[in-house]
Amino acid sequence: MDDMRVAPLFRMEGVSKRYGGVRALEDARLDCSRGRIHAVLGENGAGKSTLIKIMAGVVQPDSGTMQLAGRPVVFRNPAAATAAGIVCIFQELSLLPDLTVADNIAIANPPRRYGLIDRRAQRRLAEAALARAGAEDIHPLAPVKDLPLSRRQMVEIAKALAQDPKILILDEATSALTAADVAKVFAVLKQLREDGLAIVYISHRMHEIAELADDCTVYRNGGFVATFAAGTKSDEAIVEMIIGREYKSVFPPKPAAKPLGPPALAITELSWAGQLKSISLAIRPGEVVGLGGLDGQGQRELLLALFGVLVGVTGKVEVGGKPVAVASPRAAKANAVGMALIPEDRKTEGLMLPMSVRDNLSFAALERFQQFGLIDRQREAAEIGEVIKLLQIRCDGTDGPVAALSGGNQQKIVIGKWLMTKPEIILLNDPTRGIDVGTKQELYQLLRRLADQGAAILFYSTDYDELIGCCDRVLVLYDGAIARVLEGGEITERNLVASALNLPAAHRHGVPLASVAQAPA
Amino acid sequence: MLAGIVKRVDPAVLAVFACIVLLLLGGSLYSRNFLSPEYLLQQLNVAAFLGIIASGVMLVVLLGHIDLSMPWVVTIGGMMSTAAAGWGDLGAALAIPFGIVCGLAVGLINGLGVAFLRVPSMIFTLGMNAIAQGLMVLHTSGFAPQDHATRTMHLIAVERSILGIPNALWIWAVVGAAVVILLKRTAFGRRVYAIGNRERAVYLSGVDARRVVVACFAVAGACSAFAGVLLAGYSTKAYQAMGDPYLLPVIAAVVLGGTSILGGRGTYLGTVAGVTLITLLQSILSVVQMPEAGRQITYGALIVAMLLFYGRERLQH
Amino acid sequence: MKDWNYRLAEQRGLILAIAVFTAMFAFYIAKHPAGLTANVATTAANKGVLLALVGMAQTIPVVTSGLDLSVGMVFVLANCVASKIMTGSPLATAFGALAVLAVGILCGAINGAVVVYGRLQPIIATLATGTIYYGLALALRPAPGGDINTDFADAVSGSLPGGIPASLVLLVGVVAVVWIPYRRSVLGRAAYAVGSSEQAAYMSGVPIATAKFLAYVLAGLFAAIAGLLLTCITYSGEASAAIGGSYTLNSIAAVVIGGTSLFGGSGGAIGSIFGAFVLRTIGDLLFVFDMDALWQPLFLGAVLLVAVSLGSFRLLRIKNRLELYR
Repeated sequence: MDDMRVAPLFRMEGVSKRYGGVRALEDARLDCSRGRIHAVLGENGAGKSTLIKIMAGVVQPDSGTMQLAGRPVVFRNPAAATAAGIVCIFQELSLLPDLTVADNIAIANPPRRYGLIDRRAQRRLAEAALARAGAEDIHPLAPVKDLPLSRRQMVEIAKALAQDPKILILDEATSALTAADVAKVFAVLKQLREDGLAIVYISHRMHEIAELADDCTVYRNGGFVATFAAGTKSDEAIVEMIIGREYKSVFPPKPAAKPLGPPALAITELSWAGQLKSISLAIRPGEVVGLGGLDGQGQRELLLALFGVLVGVTGKVEVGGKPVAVASPRAAKANAVGMALIPEDRKTEGLMLPMSVRDNLSFAALERFQQFGLIDRQREAAEIGEVIKLLQIRCDGTDGPVAALSGGNQQKIVIGKWLMTKPEIILLNDPTRGIDVGTKQELYQLLRRLADQGAAILFYSTDYDELIGCCDRVLVLYDGAIARVLEGGEITERNLVASALNLPAAHRHGVPLASVAQAPA
Repeated sequence: MLAGIVKRVDPAVLAVFACIVLLLLGGSLYSRNFLSPEYLLQQLNVAAFLGIIASGVMLVVLLGHIDLSMPWVVTIGGMMSTAAAGWGDLGAALAIPFGIVCGLAVGLINGLGVAFLRVPSMIFTLGMNAIAQGLMVLHTSGFAPQDHATRTMHLIAVERSILGIPNALWIWAVVGAAVVILLKRTAFGRRVYAIGNRERAVYLSGVDARRVVVACFAVAGACSAFAGVLLAGYSTKAYQAMGDPYLLPVIAAVVLGGTSILGGRGTYLGTVAGVTLITLLQSILSVVQMPEAGRQITYGALIVAMLLFYGRERLQH
Repeated sequence: MKDWNYRLAEQRGLILAIAVFTAMFAFYIAKHPAGLTANVATTAANKGVLLALVGMAQTIPVVTSGLDLSVGMVFVLANCVASKIMTGSPLATAFGALAVLAVGILCGAINGAVVVYGRLQPIIATLATGTIYYGLALALRPAPGGDINTDFADAVSGSLPGGIPASLVLLVGVVAVVWIPYRRSVLGRAAYAVGSSEQAAYMSGVPIATAKFLAYVLAGLFAAIAGLLLTCITYSGEASAAIGGSYTLNSIAAVVIGGTSLFGGSGGAIGSIFGAFVLRTIGDLLFVFDMDALWQPLFLGAVLLVAVSLGSFRLLRIKNRLELYR
């Protein structure tokens, strides 16, 4: 630990950032040294993304300092950070869809001859970078928009390598990759470490950290928690640091008895475009069923298929025992089906951000408030008041724009919007991403309460703890098919991870991470 | 009370009203006539034509689209209504609705192309503008149609039947009231704003955005054609390209009135203000007997200046 | 082999435009009573090159996912300026030509400044600046007229030995000297990057503001070259709002028919050249078929609508309807 204190290549101290009234980062610290991989750990919304955006010049800190090789630096834009040798592979892709792979790889500083871009040299550069990233299968002239997500991610990595960074930052860079690609990327990263790069690696997969990291730093709730050398703390201790003490009893108790009766939603042999393969499942009223697995194994597509967004879905869907054909979200919302989908990205799929709290909350249920073609505003206001009270949405009246609210309250508005349609079947697509712990707890309580009132809930989460804590049953998806169904006591982090990687189920000895996290201290 | 109202109005709209007052005061230094009721009523009469077109165009702009077929739809409205008037008594009686329905049809095709074929509205409406022009050109040359406005068209465009207020102004008031109710009090209006903000969220909320888009384009076509009918009544005849001078003023009026050209934001009050301002600006530029060239330069420069003053996009990133 | 597939796929819009134009033009020549004489070729080329240049002007802002509704007015302004100052000795004429181009560049720079630094939406900003340019043109030329150095005008609008239209050579020259180097420059690529995804371009350190600004400047330059050519063809200047307006609208049509997406990020000026030629040949075809010229606007509109609606076949391939919605 001392050797990295001597001469860090990069040091960040006392950095803070607020968005509106929301604290994203407070008094952040980070040291990176040559030839070491530094893992930054934390939950979603812990401030990791803001931290690296500041490092990469995408956002400017409100206060604090950064030093590169001992000299203070300020990055006014991403180009400045790149010029200083800091290159970041972002979670939200920074590729230009209409340009070719080679154009993208060389975008920051293309090779030039007589002042013009030298396309042959660029081609060679791109091929070299792709080879270095272990992605020779990607053609340099292919337009990026035609590549699948996992290939784009590899292009993103190649693009970063082509810029010859001194410090390389990876933000959840492996989340969309196949297992084979992950292995390749790890080999590349280890080689880069040998070459003397400083690498900052963000992930919340513990086994990746264990395999790669030399140093670890933990963030929680926008604040710095600790930095330590990898291997000096047990997994249990690390998890405790990441989630904090307050996490212990967040989940409401699950009902002892399984709900009986006919399923509210039953699907048989559902398939779509090679990305969903013969999926069958049934959810009874009162059940909370989870979707697990690595990100990008068809969970989102399954929810979209049920909600009528996808074209060419085959298989049978039954609601309340009757076969239904849902060809649009409008049909899914209709009384005969009564479905609601809390979408993945609340900002672009759930909300009209500049519009008022009222307009957003009543939007999906407007049909109900119409009288002689006009909106009955009193009835609307009354019902909106009820929902705001039920979900404890903190807003200053209903006239203000949703954009001014915190992430957690925004998410509550998306959920409230759908509760106003009185749905029987609720589909949730990773609803707790980027919201604070307090709101998460409220959501867990709400889900269970809705289930107790007779709703059937299908819940996709990238957070294993949530699946463990909330769900009566978890379907683990792998490559578009159900790899395993976990029920009751089987829902453990070990089993979730093992089935997510499509490994044979682990035995239930040893200490499952999540159960430690929930055990009384 | 007044302060409360002022607080709730978009600052952009207040700025436009301030500009209107300044223009009138500035004009009154030049000639006392600028503050006379007769002059103002005359201007509002002319503003009504612009205002009726702007009502429809505003709906389309709120969606985040644009209607570039407006110039020749105005012409269609004028020419088809006068042509109908030439088909005997029944034609004369149905002249006005016939003109409007023709515009509505063009708007409907615009809407279908934009909503279902998902062609960018700018290019689709541009194509429809050319088609409308082509049809009118053929119509004029092939059928030698009647181009004189009917008595009724003249009546509603020029005369002052009630309380000495121009009939065209009453019509604008009715159209405006309808648009305000549509935007503020109906589910349809909420959906218009929502589509302009985030069509994807609208779709995922189980609302068929396409129907709303088609309806807005159809209304825009009907409004433009209606204005064409009135313009034909005002100048007693319909003629080719009669809508061409209206494209910039209408879009400028809508945008100056605080409606975002990207959609999702804007009030009808702002559009009224924008229309009034543009009309006064044009009138004053012509009254002070500036040559056409100077008028165009001043007009364009003032629009750019006013937009720079408050119509900027917020910085992203 | 695979490289070719990708290169062809990238140029699909352009190739289609070339194919359609070639077919139409071959048909036109076959039907034309005089066949392909130098005269026929030069007349066709002059008309086509005028719109092609304005189409090229429109292309670059469109690639950045902007728009320039003032190109037609810059074209008219350049025409009026040229009809005033391009007279007298060859040297004076040459300086006059440079001044005309400088006027175009200045107009483009004003557009660029208003859009990039003034942060106004291009559609409304250029509509308004277009009015200013039209006013200036009107101030210079209240009535049609003026003059131009006849030798220069004949050289540019006539035909070279061998019957090759000089205007076509001018167009090829502009492509070779301005467009191709621009397309291969860092700022040219930046224009495509900005149009493809402004956010990603920012993250990748692309010079967004400079790229957009330059796009409007080049639009002004190309429109001015077109204005110069118009003066050489007509030997006079005319401040006509109708001409400016129709060139602006046709330039957008040429861009779209040439395979450039109005959403930005793809396509190119060469496609727009052929898009412009297609539009111009429609009129010629009506002529050889003995149809009334009055049919022209209707045909133009129909061709434009069919061309853009063909793009809707992609909708049939969409598997996830979310892709339809922004």
